[in-house]
This record gives sequence, structure tokens and C-alpha cells, in this order.
Amino acid sequence: MISYAECSARERIAQLLDAGSFHEWLPPAERLTSPHLAQLGVPSSFDDGVAIGRAKLGGLEVFVAAQEGAFMGGGVGEVHGAKLVGLLRRALRDRPAAVLLLAESGGVRLHEANAGLIAVSEVMRAVLDVRAAGVPVVVLIGGANGCFGGMGIVARCADHIVMSDVGRLAMSGPEVIEASHGVEEFDSRDRALVWRTTGGKHRWLTGDCDALVEDDVAAFRDAAIDAIGASKPVSLATLEAEHALLSARLRDPLAEDGGDDAIALWTHLGIAGADRVPDLDVAAVRALRPA
Amino acid sequence: MTIPAGLEALDFSFTGTRPAGAFAPVLVGVVGSGNLEVLLEAAGGDGCTVRIETSARGFGPIWEAVLGDFHERHPLAGVRIAINDMGATPAVVSLRLDQAVAELPAAAQGARP
Repeated sequence: MISYAECSARERIAQLLDAGSFHEWLPPAERLTSPHLAQLGVPSSFDDGVAIGRAKLGGLEVFVAAQEGAFMGGGVGEVHGAKLVGLLRRALRDRPAAVLLLAESGGVRLHEANAGLIAVSEVMRAVLDVRAAGVPVVVLIGGANGCFGGMGIVARCADHIVMSDVGRLAMSGPEVIEASHGVEEFDSRDRALVWRTTGGKHRWLTGDCDALVEDDVAAFRDAAIDAIGASKPVSLATLEAEHALLSARLRDPLAEDGGDDAIALWTHLGIAGADRVPDLDVAAVRALRPA
Repeated sequence: MTIPAGLEALDFSFTGTRPAGAFAPVLVGVVGSGNLEVLLEAAGGDGCTVRIETSARGFGPIWEAVLGDFHERHPLAGVRIAINDMGATPAVVSLRLDQAVAELPAAAQGARP
């Protein structure tokens, strides 16, 4: 077993896809680096923190992008975002069996400000275009940096999300919530709290991810193969269903006794023994989700 | 004396005796705190050039010593090395360089135990 969380972006590509099948576009030797970072005294990376290309998965051609969390927290800068958009637009033309986004990102790379924000919005639009064309976009989340900010939104725009229990998915990250609402509202150093509210188990139980897997590259690979063909076209009906689900969640009467919000939510969702969830392994949590 | 903001770029070159020949570009490491990425490319000729961009300014003599040791271990010829550094220590730099050489064709790696 190889820990997905501990792999670099390039190790994930090498281990998850059919051996030796990855063909990279705009590889490091092209030196397509950030035009902004050097001005701020920050070193660039030769691939701007994301590797993109085509590969085989279970014998089928897929397009793949892998974000490197160790470079600027996987932050999306201008070039990084443009590489993602280019990959997705090429998928519109070439129609691979799926597009895999191995997401690991804190969101927009703040050093690049508006260029990064625009880049993320372009990625969202491109993801929705690819979905509309019937090519499934599959997001894999299991890196130590999680998937936050703009990339959290991108993930929820996709057809299918695979997470490990160590993976995290949300809009505002823990430090952001604490900084804006105070430590009484959210203690970002409380790791158990952070995982109860953003982690893979929570996302699985609330239906925000489609597959919950072990922190194992082979498990991610199997889940990605299963997701090929899992295209979920965006229609008015699916949008209305999503809105209904979110509205119902807002109306949910959560515990008013000062208890734990996450456990109260799971209980309300009909999960038996919700207080035990943090201690359960992945297989046990997988079985808990109401049909 | 104030050190101006920004990166420092350093260039070194050595004359090698072990031709690397043709090879696909090699990338190892990640530009993260205390880490670096090393890109090796085939260049032809008998030189080994090194280009460093680093956020840790003022360590030119240390880089010179670390790269001199590297060249003694691996007197490569026909190689262009490019490094993006975010304050890696000399030991980490040496390990990354050796890791990159380990990805080269066997002839460029010299005698191995």
C-alpha cells in the first residue's frame, strides 16, 4: 500500500495511471513559469505547481492534471490555472473517457491576486463545459493540503468526487474561518474538529463526495476507474435537486445544547451511533451512509 | 547593509569527463520551504552548467562548495542543470542532485557499488 497523501503530484500520476502511459503537455523543460512570483522574491516552479497531460487508465485514454501541494500549497496562479483550462478545453475537442483532477490546493495563489481569481473562474467554466459535453470530470482529493477555496468550488462543479478519510474539502479553510469569525467559532488548531467538518468521512456522510476510499493510491485508482462513465449531465432538474438538498440542510434543527455540530448533523441525517464516526475505519463509515 | 528584495540568480560551470549523452529531461524535488527542484537536461559539449534561482540571498560561496563536491562525485559532461530553491540546506541540495543523477542513463552515473 502506498499512501496517496504522502506522494508528490508526479508520484501520484506515475502510480495511479497505467504504468508509463503519461504523456505530459508543457513539461518542466518548457519553463512555463509564473510571471508574478519572481517580482515578489518568491521562487518559481518549472511546471507552476501542476502537471497536465494524457494517459491511460484501465486501458482507456484519460486526461489528467495533478496539483503539487508542496509548492505554494497548490495555489492556483495565472499559469497554473491556464494549464488546467487548456487541458479541459482540449478534452472538449478530443473527448477522452474522463478528465481526472488530482486536486490539492488551498485555492487562489494570493501572490497573483486577480490573475489567480480569474484563472479559477475560468477553470470552473471549463469544467462545466466539459461536463455538458458528456465527458466526466472526476476529482480526487487526498493530499495533505486538502482542497479549499476556489478549488473546493471547482471540485463541487465536477461530476464525481473521490476522497480519502484524510482528504479535506471545503470553501474557506480552517485558518480563514478562525481569522474572520474568531477562535470561539472555529479553532483551526483542533485537528479533530477540522476533520469532522471538512474531512472525507464527513463529506461522505453528507453526500458531498461520491466515493470514500482508504489513503492508498491503488484505492484511488480503482475508484477513478469506477468513475469513468459516471457522467452526470447538468440539467435544471439536477440543479433544483441540489438546491432542495442545500435548503433542507440549512433548515436542519441542529443541537442547541452546545454539543458538537458535526455529530448532531450526522445524527439528524439518520446515521446510527454518529458519535463513533471519528473512531471508525473507512469501510465502517462507508456502510453508514443512508441509501 | 540591506539586502534588496527578490531572488538571487547564480551561475556556475564545470568541465566534465563523463558524457551524459542523450536523455529525456529529469525533474526531482519540489519548490517548497527548505526544499528545491532540480532539472537536468542534455546539452552537448563537455560542460556542466548550473543555473540557480534562490530566495535565500547571499549564499554564493556555499553553493560553490556544494556544487564543487557534486562535480567531484559526478564529473558530468553535456548537462545543463537548473535549480529553483526555497532555502534548502546544503545536505538537501546534495541529496537532490544525487537523486537527479540516479535518473540518468547508466553510463552517466559512473561506477556504482
